[in-house]
Amino acid sequence: MDQIPFISATPALAILVSLAAVPLIVLSSKRPNLREFWTFAAGGIKLLLILSMAGWILAGNTHTYELWKILPGLSLKLKVDGFGMLFALVASALWIVTSVYSIGYMRDQKEHAQTRYFCFFAIALSATIGVAFAGNLLTLYLFYEMLSLSTYSLVTHHQDEEARGGGRKYLTYLLGTSIGLALPAMLITYNITGSLEFSSLGVFPEGVSKGMLILLLLMFVFGFSKAGLMPFHSWLPGAMVAPTPVSALLHAVAVVKVGVFSVLRIFTGIFGIDLLAAQDLNTIICIIASFTVIVSSCIALTQDNLKRRLAFSTIGQLAYIILGAGLASKLGVTGSMLHISMHAFGKITLFFCAGAIFVATGKKYISEMVGIGRRMPITMFAFFIGSLSIIGLPPTGGMISKLLMVRGAMEADMAWVLAVYLVSSFLNAAYFLPIVYKAFFCTEEESLFPQEYNEAPVCCWLPPVITATVSMILFFFPGLFLGFAQVMMSG
Amino acid sequence: MIAAQTPILILLAPLFSGILITIFAQKSKNVAFFLLILGMVGSFSAACNVLLQVLQGSGPIHYRLGDWPPPFGIELVIDHLSGMVLFMVSGAALLTAIYSKHTVEVEIPDRIHHYYTLYTLLVSGLLGMVATGDVFNLYVLLEISALSSYALLARGRGLAYIATFKYIIIGTIGASFYLLGVGYLYIKTGTLNMADLSTMLATPEMHQSPSIKIGFIFIILGIWIKMAFFPLQGWLPNAYSCASTTTSCLIAPLMTKVSVYIMIRLMFSVFSADYIFKTLQWQQFMVWMACIAIVVGSVSALAQRNLKRMLCYIVVAEVGYMVGGVWLANSNGFSGAVYHIMSDVMMTLCLFMAVGAVIYKTGETSLEAMRGIFRRMPITAAAFLVGGFSIIGIPPTCGFFSKWYLITGAIETGQFHFVIALLFSSLINAILFFRIIEIGFFSPFDENGHGTHQVIVVNEAPAMMLVPMVISAASLIIIGLYTRFLMSNIVQWTIPVGL
Amino acid sequence: MDNVLTYIVSGYNYWAALILIMIGMYGMIAKNNLLKKVIGMSIFQSAIILFYISISYKSNASIPIIAHGHGVADHTAIDPNLYVNPLPHVLMLTAIVVGVATLGVALAVLQKIYRVHGTIEEDEILESIKE
Repeated sequence: MDQIPFISATPALAILVSLAAVPLIVLSSKRPNLREFWTFAAGGIKLLLILSMAGWILAGNTHTYELWKILPGLSLKLKVDGFGMLFALVASALWIVTSVYSIGYMRDQKEHAQTRYFCFFAIALSATIGVAFAGNLLTLYLFYEMLSLSTYSLVTHHQDEEARGGGRKYLTYLLGTSIGLALPAMLITYNITGSLEFSSLGVFPEGVSKGMLILLLLMFVFGFSKAGLMPFHSWLPGAMVAPTPVSALLHAVAVVKVGVFSVLRIFTGIFGIDLLAAQDLNTIICIIASFTVIVSSCIALTQDNLKRRLAFSTIGQLAYIILGAGLASKLGVTGSMLHISMHAFGKITLFFCAGAIFVATGKKYISEMVGIGRRMPITMFAFFIGSLSIIGLPPTGGMISKLLMVRGAMEADMAWVLAVYLVSSFLNAAYFLPIVYKAFFCTEEESLFPQEYNEAPVCCWLPPVITATVSMILFFFPGLFLGFAQVMMSG
Repeated sequence: MIAAQTPILILLAPLFSGILITIFAQKSKNVAFFLLILGMVGSFSAACNVLLQVLQGSGPIHYRLGDWPPPFGIELVIDHLSGMVLFMVSGAALLTAIYSKHTVEVEIPDRIHHYYTLYTLLVSGLLGMVATGDVFNLYVLLEISALSSYALLARGRGLAYIATFKYIIIGTIGASFYLLGVGYLYIKTGTLNMADLSTMLATPEMHQSPSIKIGFIFIILGIWIKMAFFPLQGWLPNAYSCASTTTSCLIAPLMTKVSVYIMIRLMFSVFSADYIFKTLQWQQFMVWMACIAIVVGSVSALAQRNLKRMLCYIVVAEVGYMVGGVWLANSNGFSGAVYHIMSDVMMTLCLFMAVGAVIYKTGETSLEAMRGIFRRMPITAAAFLVGGFSIIGIPPTCGFFSKWYLITGAIETGQFHFVIALLFSSLINAILFFRIIEIGFFSPFDENGHGTHQVIVVNEAPAMMLVPMVISAASLIIIGLYTRFLMSNIVQWTIPVGL
Repeated sequence: MDNVLTYIVSGYNYWAALILIMIGMYGMIAKNNLLKKVIGMSIFQSAIILFYISISYKSNASIPIIAHGHGVADHTAIDPNLYVNPLPHVLMLTAIVVGVATLGVALAVLQKIYRVHGTIEEDEILESIKE
């Protein structure tokens, strides 16, 4: 084996760097600029550390690093592979962008307790990268719980009655399912197989009954309810009480993606795609996911609150990803891995725009946004690009991943899934494009926005522009992320 | 050779410091405190020493009192299990002693030296129960610790007297049952030494003997009363929640855990796994009882509006964890139970200390006392959070790993109702603690439902209270991280033959 | 019928202890007056003490003191059937001490209860708590 071109503890350092920033952030709470500097420093170092491993991983290698032997025969360990890299890269890159946005948003809104906010943001990021690099199910579970708990104070940041309700729902769903379903599923798996390592062949020996496999599969799929599969989805709209940057990063990228990431890890690493296909378990997954895709898209149509509509759109898109994986074909899984990154860039753009609109105008509801495109053209154009990416239209990255998943469906010979993709794309278009249309094309009389409104501060409109641009770039050059996904599937 | 005498020093250090406190500390509370700490440090260091000897040496340490050879004399037997429990008990007692300085001065203004004397007596009684290798000696020490705990609990507030009185009655029934059971064993075997008893009881005739069975039932019933196992748990919440802060910090973590230890010791060192799981075959029934205990404890905790009462019911549920784990009758369940003794001492200690600090600062005992805690008392709040996470079972705190083993054991034996009870209790605990976190995190709302964000001044408990609290909170994470070490160096050695 | 009688008579000491235990338990559980509960507790403990003492009894045996036991050079084996078992007596000395201490603590607490609540009737105390 070749010498690795980075120190072996790099994945651990990548996790720890944002934790290390926490005390610095606390200590400089009196000096906001210094405080924010630490966030950026940690974000930059984290991104560099992760990038330093990228070449090695793209070449088809993996890297394992044992953190701690915690139980006899079971250790906390990190493993960097293509899928983990893909997710870590997306999350850490978007953390930096979101931090810019956070500063603009939080300062403009004169939010209280900003130090606490940035601290928990950093902790949440550590947990996210931890999930991405988790080398076995126990490690994954540890970071998964850490993420649930650290994001609680972000979700309830406003500390008002609404936040309490949202936070309550958030923890009830996330902790309830992870303790009640995922933990026993993990223990039963450990009991049957004696191993919690991820392996592309799956860990289950021959002769485990189908009923047991189905039970475990359902417990895992619903246990990691950050993935938002119905009926365990309603925490996500509830958590929209959070400040917009939190919704943007955590609920379009980190938290929900950690959910689908975990579910995909279970599919590919614990069950193994071959087992899923052989035992016909993938049909169950596809049915659950398809149901969620269609229903959530329909609900999204009825939402007037922009953030809630985005939340339901997210639920649908997450189910997309799981549906792609549920096809249990290589193309489908590759597509669904890729969709994690594509959707992340598209959805975060949309959230940023929603926040920018709120900062500039104080408007939350779609019906109040008629004509806003004329006052905030940059923001709304970014919004347009973002929605194209979610719908899956060129020239955005979302199309590439959707195309792969559709091809996966054909490969897997599941024609009805094609129909689901088609219908849901129409629904996506139906709930996004009217917003854009009404924002730009309306008469002076219809416009609800008189002259005085302007673009939000630069910190608020620049990040969506960046992410929208990345979304478009990804259409032309999906190579990096596609490479990671392909490495994962071929290795 | 002083090293050979260390086992007895574990007991004697607190006992002598108690005597010294009564004689010399009548005038000065500082002298009393100093002597108390001295005794606890002595006991703790002796326990450390002995534990190290056990870990390094081969086999258990036998210490003959007065050099009378067993089975005629009393002996102390320190093996991995008792060494570990001695370490935890003396450690927790030391931490509580340091913690007690401020609260005792406020809550028990007069005759502090009496209070501290009782404290030392209780601790030496508990340590003696753990160390002894003689069933009658165990009874005497049980009563020593029980008597001193009665007196300590009675020096509480509110309904402390009436609650204590009930505890005296119930506790005496428990101890007397135990004594009666020992009588049966003595009639059949003519010995009181545990090791001797276990060889005598190992024969098939003894296994079939109804007298032995009745003896076992009386003994185990007595111990269950002491450990507040369902349905005999009624006395505990009243007695413990009315007690003064230091008393509940000392008694709540230790009494029940030592009782569980006694149950394990008697089940496997006097009787045998063979007898209990093959001849008696109660395990199904017992695991169901444990499930009910867990559920009842958790649900009752949910109904409480008083912080300490809530914790008391959690203690009741935790007893169910350990009893269930032991009666799962396999090595994973047993390891989980032993590991849980260790972690639960620290969990409950941490929580009671944190709550005690809040009560000390606010004077309130209801859940509302936690309002604004994160800003007002950040360190206490952090310790409380860690303790809460451990009770819920969030990795990497030790509570997660004890559940890990207990659930694994339950899955292995196919007792899924125990799995469900454990998970149920985790979820209820999550609700319990997040309810408190909500109270702490959200200030009162104005009429529009907005947070008021009033400025709260930091008003942290004194360092003497914080240090032990932080140590116990940190130990939860340390125990969790070193699970593998503890499992392979201590817990693994305690698994009895036949599991 | 004869069998039952022999059964009872042969172990009459156990039956006596059992009856005393039951009386004690009854007192502790059923009595409303707290002092009576304490009396019940005392009976209960004494019953166990009697139980222990009775099991050390052997017919035609003497007190366990070996005359001129000291200074005898040849340690001839002593026939245990000639002496009652001394160990239960010794144990019960300790148990008596424990019992007395428990009684003392219980009475002290009872006194305190009387001072605080003005009564030692349980139902009256419960009522006063409710108010």
